[in-house]
Amino acid sequence: MFRPMSDAKSAATLSFSFDGRPLIGRDGDTVAASLLANGVTICRETPVSGAPRAPYCLMGVCFECLVVIDGVGNRQGCMVPLRDGMTIETQHGRRQPEETQG
Amino acid sequence: MSSKSNHTEPDVVVIGGGVVGGAIALGLARSGARVTVLDEGDAAFRASRGNFALVWVQSKGFGMPEYAMWSRRSADDWHGLANILGEETGIDVAHSQPGGFMLCLSQDELGKRVDAMHRLHNQTTLTDFPYEVLDHAETKRRLPDIGKDVVGAIYSPLDGHVNSLKLFRALREATVRRGVDYRPNCPVESITPRDGGFRINGPWGEIATAKVVLAAGLGNARLAPMVGLDAPVKPSKGQIIVTEKTAPFLHNPMVTVRQTDEGGVMIGDSQEDRGFDTVVGQPILSVMAERAVRMFPRLAGLNVVRTWSALRVMSPDGFPIYDQSQSCPGAFVVTCHSGVTLAANHVLTLAPAILSGVLPDAVASFSARRFHV
Amino acid sequence: MKPLTEIGQLAEHYDLAVVGAGPAGLSAAARASELGLSVLLVDENPAPGGQIYRSITTTPVSDRAVLGQDYWRGLDIVARLKRSAAAYAARCTVWSIAPDVESDGSSFEIGLSLDGRARLITAGQVILATGAQERPFPIPGWTLPGVMTAGAAQIALKSSAIVPKGRTVIAGCGPLLYLLAGQLAAAGAEIVAVLDTTPRRNWPAALGALPDFLRSPYLAKGLRLMVKARRSLRFLGGVTSLTVEGSGQLSAIRFERGGASQSIACDTLLLHQGVIPSVNLSNAAGCAHDFDPVQHCWVPQIDDWLASSVPGIAIAGDGAGIGGAESAALRGEIAALDTARRLGRITIPERDDHAAPVRAALSRTLRGRRFLDLLYKPAAQFLAPIVDDTIICRCEEVTAGQVRDAAKRLGVTGPNQMKAFLRCGMGPCQGRLCGPTVVELIAETRGTTPAEVGYYRLRPPVKPVTLAELASLPQSEAAVKAVVR
Repeated sequence: MFRPMSDAKSAATLSFSFDGRPLIGRDGDTVAASLLANGVTICRETPVSGAPRAPYCLMGVCFECLVVIDGVGNRQGCMVPLRDGMTIETQHGRRQPEETQG
Repeated sequence: MSSKSNHTEPDVVVIGGGVVGGAIALGLARSGARVTVLDEGDAAFRASRGNFALVWVQSKGFGMPEYAMWSRRSADDWHGLANILGEETGIDVAHSQPGGFMLCLSQDELGKRVDAMHRLHNQTTLTDFPYEVLDHAETKRRLPDIGKDVVGAIYSPLDGHVNSLKLFRALREATVRRGVDYRPNCPVESITPRDGGFRINGPWGEIATAKVVLAAGLGNARLAPMVGLDAPVKPSKGQIIVTEKTAPFLHNPMVTVRQTDEGGVMIGDSQEDRGFDTVVGQPILSVMAERAVRMFPRLAGLNVVRTWSALRVMSPDGFPIYDQSQSCPGAFVVTCHSGVTLAANHVLTLAPAILSGVLPDAVASFSARRFHV
Repeated sequence: MKPLTEIGQLAEHYDLAVVGAGPAGLSAAARASELGLSVLLVDENPAPGGQIYRSITTTPVSDRAVLGQDYWRGLDIVARLKRSAAAYAARCTVWSIAPDVESDGSSFEIGLSLDGRARLITAGQVILATGAQERPFPIPGWTLPGVMTAGAAQIALKSSAIVPKGRTVIAGCGPLLYLLAGQLAAAGAEIVAVLDTTPRRNWPAALGALPDFLRSPYLAKGLRLMVKARRSLRFLGGVTSLTVEGSGQLSAIRFERGGASQSIACDTLLLHQGVIPSVNLSNAAGCAHDFDPVQHCWVPQIDDWLASSVPGIAIAGDGAGIGGAESAALRGEIAALDTARRLGRITIPERDDHAAPVRAALSRTLRGRRFLDLLYKPAAQFLAPIVDDTIICRCEEVTAGQVRDAAKRLGVTGPNQMKAFLRCGMGPCQGRLCGPTVVELIAETRGTTPAEVGYYRLRPPVKPVTLAELASLPQSEAAVKAVVR
C-alpha cells in the first residue's frame, strides 16, 4: 500500500473503477501505480494455484500486475497509463476471452 | 535412484533420451531388461521438446497402409499407456481421445482433404477407418467457437492428444524408477560390434552391451551405418506458437490448433526444409496466427507467450524406420516423426520385441530396405 | 527529436534502430543522429530516461533533494536527444529482431507494437540498450502481496511521487539499496529497518580491488549515501535466512542474525540484491552470452566497440554488463560511433578520434566497479534458496525443491530441459524472474558452474503481442505454402 508524498506536484485527476469501486487516480500514473496509491493490495490470482499476487517490479519484467482493463484480460498494469473512465478488475486465474466477433 | 554401476554390463543400451528413446527404455525395463540410456545435453536438437502433442490417426498412411494400421493400434493402446504412466509415476499426462478435426478455410482446401481421405481409404479395406466430412453448419454444431471462414472439416473419432511434455517427463520418471541408468551429456562417437555385442564410445568413456537401440532422432543417420543399419533421416522444420493460458474452450484437438490441459493454445504447424536452422520466421508465424484466428475468432486478443521451431525427424517417405541389423544382429534402429502418437506401440509392442530379438510382423514394412528396392 | 505516437508514423527503414531510452540508448541515438544517421529510438515507457532517470521529464517529485543530484543529470541527456533529429517512439515495444530475409541479411527486421498494433520495419544496424533488471531474490514467501523489489518502490517514487504507507523494511545488498533507503526516507517513508545481507566473507576478495575503488567516483557517492542512510535509519548487518511471514499478505519479515532468529512486523518489504543485464532481447536475437563470474550473471559477448556476436547488433549500457548510468551513456556513444563507421559515415580514424575522450571518461567511471561487484555478490543462499518449498518460478509456481529433484534424480543438466519438465520459464515473464535461479540450482545440485549449465534459449516475441497483431503482419507466398499444404 502506498500514499502520495506530501509535496507532490498536483496533476489532473481521473476517475476509474476497480472491481466496481469508484476510485480517483492521477493523470500521468500507470494503472498499477494508481491501484497502489488507492490502497489496492491484490491485483490478481494466479492461474496455477489461485494464490493472490500484487505488483512486484513495476517495470514490465515480472508480469505480476496483470489485471483486466476495460474487459481485456492479462494486461500489464505497470505498462498501461491510467485513462479517465477505465474499468479495472482483478485478474482471476486464466484469462477469459473477449466476446467472439466472428 | 538408478544404479550407477559402470561395471555391470547392461542388457541393452538405448542411444537417445527423448520420447522415442524413453518409450523404448521403459518398455525394455518393464520386460525385465537392464537398460542404460545415453543422451546428449541441454542444447541438443530435441523434437521431444518441440512437438505438437497430437495422438493422430486421420490422414496418416497414404502410400503405406501398414502405417495407418500401426498408428491406429497405438492410438487404441494409448489409454493403456496413460494408465501405466499414471501408476508408475503419478503423473497424469492428460491423454484424451475425443476425436479430432481438420478445419478447412476454403472449398479448395476441403476438396483436397476429402480427396486425400478417399485415396487413403481406397488403398485396402484395412485402412477403412471411421471419419466424417462436415460442412460449416455441422462443424459449428460440434465446435460452436469456429469462425465464419471455416467451410467445413474432416472429423475422425480416433484422434486425440496428450500433454507431450508431461509424457516426456513421465517416461523419464518411470524409467528412472525402474532402475534405468540414464546418462546425460553422453554423446556417442562410435559403436563397434565386438564378440557378438557392441562397444559404444564417446568423450565420456566406453560402455559394452549385448544389444543397442538407436533412438537418437536425427543422430540416427550418422550412427546407423556403424552397425550395418540405414536411417536416411533429414530435418523438417516446424514452427509453433503458444498463447497465454485462457479459460478452457476447446475440448477436441484440431490438426493445427489445440488447447493444452494447462490452458495455453498451441498453434502449428508449418513444414519447411531448412536443414538444421531452427530460427523462428516471421511470415510463417503470421500465416499461422491468421489462420488460427479465422478458425477461432476468440483467439484474436490472446497474447503470444512463446514461439519456437523444432526439427521433425523425416525419412524419405515420411514413415518410421524400424530395423534390426542383418550384419550385426542385436543392433536396432527406431526412428519416426510421430514419437508421441506411436509411444504406446513403442512401450508395449516394439520394446518387448527388441528384447526378444525378433521384430514383429506388424513392423516388417518399416525396414529401411524399402528405400533400396 | 521527432516524437512518434502512432505505429503508422514509423518509417519503413532506418539506418539505426536503438532499443531502450535509458542513458545508453538516449546517448547512442543522439550521437548517431548528430553523425547524420537516420535513427529510430524505441522505448516501452511513456517517457524517456530508462529506470535510472525514470520520469525525468515528468516526475511529480518537486523537492529535488529527494531524488538527489545524480538523478537530475538525466535532464541533460534527454535534452541532447531532443535537440537531435532522431525519431522517438515511446510506449512502443520491440518483440522481435531478426535478419531481414529480403535484404540478404544486410539489415534487420524489427517487430514492434504500439497501442495494440504491430508493425515490421527494417534497420541497417541495431543498438540494444535494454538495460538491467533486478536480480531475482527468491526467499520463502516472496510472492506474497506486500513484497516488492526496491526498484519498484523507486519507480513509484520517481513516476508517481508515492511512497510505501506504514512500516517498511528494506532487505538485501548493493549500492542501490543504500541509495533507495536514503531516497525513501527523504520522501517521508517509515523505514523501520534496513536488513543488510552483504556476506561478510566477501570482504577479503573485495579488498584486493579496493585501491581502484578508493580512486573512483563511486567512493564519494557511496560514502555520502551510506552515511546519510546509516545516520537516520536502523541498519542491521550480517542478515541471513530471510523468510516472509504472513498468510495471503505480508505481515512480517523473519531473519537470522548473530545466530538468533528474529522477526520484524511490517506492511511493505522491499527486496534488492543488485541488478543484472536484461538479456531476453539479445538472447532471442541470437547474440552469444557468457557467464561473468565476477558480476555473477549472464552478459552478452561484446568487443571493444560493443559489437555483439551478431554482426550489426551492438549492445550498450547495463545490458552489456553492469556499469551504472554514467558508463551506460558513454558506452552508448561508443556503440553509435562504430555504427556510423560500419555504415560508412565516418572513417576508422574519425571514429577513433571521436571515441578517445569517451573511452577515457569510461575508464574513469568504471574504476572501482570490481570492488562493488565483489563486495556485493549475493550470498549463495539467496541465489539458490535452501528451503525447498521456496517458489523460484513465480509464473508457473515451481519450487526450488522440484528443480533440485529433477536435476538430481531425472538427470536434467540444463534450464531448457528443466523448462520442458517443470514449466519453469514458460509463463508470461519468459524466465526473467526464474532463469538465474534455475541455473544456480542446477549448478549447485550437479556440482558444476552456471557457465557449464547454460541459459534458456529464448525466442520472440520477448514482449506481449497478440495473435491478431501477428496475423496482421505481411505474409509471403512461401510462408503460406509452408503452412497450407
